[in-house]
Amino acid sequence: MIRVFLSLSAIALLLCGCAQTPLRGTGDLGVVVERASGSLQIIESDTRTSLARVEGLGDLSHASVVFSRDQRYAYVFGRDGGLSKVDLLTAKIDRRIIQGGNSIGGAISQDGTLIAVSNYEPGGVKVFDARTLAQVADIPSTPLSDGQKRSRVVGLVDAPGQRFVFSLFDTGEIWTADFSQGLTPRIERFTAIGQQPYDALITPDGRYYMAGLFGEDGMAQLDLWHPEHGVKRVLGHYGRGQARLPVYKMPHLEGWALADQQAFVPAVGHHQVLVMDAASWQQTDAIDLAGQPVFVTARPDGRQLWVNFAYPDNDRVQVIDTQTHAIVADLRPGPAVLHMEFTARGDQLWLSARDGGEVQVWNPYRLERLGTLPAASPSGIFFSSRAHKPGY
Amino acid sequence: MERHSTAISMTALLFAFSSFVPAAPDSQRQAQLQHLLDQDCGACHGLYLTGGLGPPLTRQALSGKSRDSLIATVTLGRPGSAMPGWAALLGPDDIRWLVDRLLQGKPAS
Repeated sequence: MIRVFLSLSAIALLLCGCAQTPLRGTGDLGVVVERASGSLQIIESDTRTSLARVEGLGDLSHASVVFSRDQRYAYVFGRDGGLSKVDLLTAKIDRRIIQGGNSIGGAISQDGTLIAVSNYEPGGVKVFDARTLAQVADIPSTPLSDGQKRSRVVGLVDAPGQRFVFSLFDTGEIWTADFSQGLTPRIERFTAIGQQPYDALITPDGRYYMAGLFGEDGMAQLDLWHPEHGVKRVLGHYGRGQARLPVYKMPHLEGWALADQQAFVPAVGHHQVLVMDAASWQQTDAIDLAGQPVFVTARPDGRQLWVNFAYPDNDRVQVIDTQTHAIVADLRPGPAVLHMEFTARGDQLWLSARDGGEVQVWNPYRLERLGTLPAASPSGIFFSSRAHKPGY
Repeated sequence: MERHSTAISMTALLFAFSSFVPAAPDSQRQAQLQHLLDQDCGACHGLYLTGGLGPPLTRQALSGKSRDSLIATVTLGRPGSAMPGWAALLGPDDIRWLVDRLLQGKPAS
């Protein structure tokens, strides 16, 4: 009798194995990069909790993440050339390859089928099938004069029309790779765009690609609606200027802000955020800050900007009003604030305090901290809502 | 941090005056410097110093480079590249200690 009961229970369990993992979505999920331990935490913004940790992702210093369009998979680009596809539902690595020697970031194509990775070593861009991670294209960058190496590639973004756009740091170029006709891309090269483009941004409509220059002032702008017009120099005063202050950490242009017809970008080396008119691309203001800005991240409604800083001011975050350009909050969330990420609708801001060993969740309207989660040397925070943001 | 490095510099100065031997950073400062090396130098040179925007700084990569030239690079930066001079943030003892650490080939802790 007991045995029959047990068997029935076993069958019942088998049939209802699904009951152990109830159906759920992934739209409120995200990942936190734990850079020193090569792991990710999967986080849930609804409950402000960590659901799982995924390990074995290699060297995640300077790692970045994009998401599949079904928001189930996170593609993680590691410094060591690792490309990992992580399943947010099972909290497991679905696939992982080492695609290069030294990698800096990646992008997912407009249709979600291609993953592009920009590499320092070997210099160039490699493109993979998003489902299988099989390599489908290799785009070597321009060889350097030493005959050994090729230019390092930075500022890789996706653009409308199944294109990728990227910059060549060492040789001062912007390239577009058009995959709309198949897996053999049509490459267009723009040379002599300026010295040492270090990162780039693309406007939310995907029209303007703009690379920040480290070696000289200004930004190199490509109008993707009119590539035949070539690359123009805008914001001529943007850059390090006459007083070339030491830059302790390169600013990032991702998450730059476009609000109220103005664009806000971090200055290079100077303790300022620069403001430009988003129609004429002329500088209109410079906002003085506590340190060298790294990320200038707009609240999704565009009303406020959150700015973090390079060492030694990286324990601070300042909040700027985009209308008045006043600093409305001067926060000290903790040691080494590396990254900030808003939920898609802006009700929460998550930030990583690397040396505090924690991730913090803030209410960005009340400027109140809602909670903290422990994390090992956290750096980047990425929500799955990025899946539907072009340029992310 | 700033106050601390001032204090260290003062101590270093006193120590130098009293014995004419360069002062090594104390153990607390060494821990801070190791952290700076891993995390902040690592931002450009890689967490494992295998290179990135900046060149690799592994023991192998630095072999044949003189200690003095490395100290000069860290102190003054390298014009034309993204390498900043760290003299505004670090004392000479700190920089010597960091360079020696690199020459020993210390991996990320």
